[in-house]
Amino acid sequence: MSGKPKLHYFNGRGRMESIRWLLAAAGVEFEECFLETRDDLLKLLKSGALLFQQVPMVEIDGIKMVQTRAIGNYIAAKYNLYGKDLKERALIDMYVEAIIDLDELFMSHPFQPADKKEQHLANIVDKATNRHFPVYEKVLKDHGQDFLVGNQLSRADVQLLEALLMAEECKPDILAKFPLLQSFKARISNVPTIKKFLQPGSQRKPPPQEKDLPKVLKIFN
Amino acid sequence: MAGKPKLHYPKGRGRMESVRWLLAAAGVEFEEEFIETKEDLEKLRSSESVNCLLNINLHQYNKRKMLNKNICFRIDMYVEGTTDLMGMIMYIPFQPAESKEKNLALIIERATARYFPVYEKALKDHGHGYLVGNKLSWADIHLLEAILMTEECKPDILSAFPLLQAFKGRISNIPTIKKFLQPGSQRKPVADEKFIARVKEIFSM
Repeated sequence: MSGKPKLHYFNGRGRMESIRWLLAAAGVEFEECFLETRDDLLKLLKSGALLFQQVPMVEIDGIKMVQTRAIGNYIAAKYNLYGKDLKERALIDMYVEAIIDLDELFMSHPFQPADKKEQHLANIVDKATNRHFPVYEKVLKDHGQDFLVGNQLSRADVQLLEALLMAEECKPDILAKFPLLQSFKARISNVPTIKKFLQPGSQRKPPPQEKDLPKVLKIFN
Repeated sequence: MAGKPKLHYPKGRGRMESVRWLLAAAGVEFEEEFIETKEDLEKLRSSESVNCLLNINLHQYNKRKMLNKNICFRIDMYVEGTTDLMGMIMYIPFQPAESKEKNLALIIERATARYFPVYEKALKDHGHGYLVGNKLSWADIHLLEAILMTEECKPDILSAFPLLQAFKGRISNIPTIKKFLQPGSQRKPVADEKFIARVKEIFSM
């Protein structure tokens, strides 16, 4: 047993991507066990490794951890990405929860029927630029610091960067009206562990593609 | 600044109910300012009050206060499970009428095949009265809320889960929770037609 966290999921972003980002940002090496077929999932289910019969599942510190939020909370706390006190944690949680909401929209996009896709994209762009991004732009403006919370790198910064990059994949100029988010994006991308994760060959997964859809649907039926 | 927490939400369960449970269980008195109209929501949205923001994430804040540990993964896992289950139930009134029966059947299936077995087993393996550690945590409160909500869908849903039945009796009797379960508390009733219509109007659904 290597001691490295082991991620169980299919070979794509989905709900596991945020966890990959967090581990990478924390400089923690991890292994991945990809579910390629429905049989792989059934085998995992049969072994009793999935508490609520679902993935993501991360084997870490002797625990088979499930539920994305629980996993994220644990990693953030363990690797000091969760602020220094309760109030900072609350702020980080607030920001991260909102980002999760936005992520869900991005994640569901490839699964939209063709005739709904354009409308769905318009909806994501609207939510991102009218509800979410202005909040973070203002937070950065108001305190003038490099990071969202507590003047140090936290989970909120990592997850926001992930969301910003995903947003740009949908609409390249989506940050046009948000100068502070643009400089935030550049700055956080340059944090050494994150810079490494953003380079080709890392464990970061590419955007979901139409052609991958049938395989994923087959696994999860 | 101490002051009582102040909850901003429509007058009904929705996403705020779990927070009400948590505060009540912790014996923390709280105030409520109900969002009645779209204008109320707009006013809230444009207000710059930091307290407002903090209130929205109170459940996380309170969760940490109730625990001594910094790392509470097991509680988080259990709470996420009951959150998923209650999330399904919460959305039923907002789904088209023709899929209601199917969704209800799915909830019952998930409750009895996926979620409740986990908590029944946790109580059995653990052998203590609580889900995690040997004291009341958010996981216990959240599970009680979920049990009661699911029983509203199907009254005998715990028939195959003797330990959960005992758990329900036990946790319901904790003084702060017992108080919350009595008429006149700030606990909200099941969503009725009026509430659903109001929520749809306020949030432009």
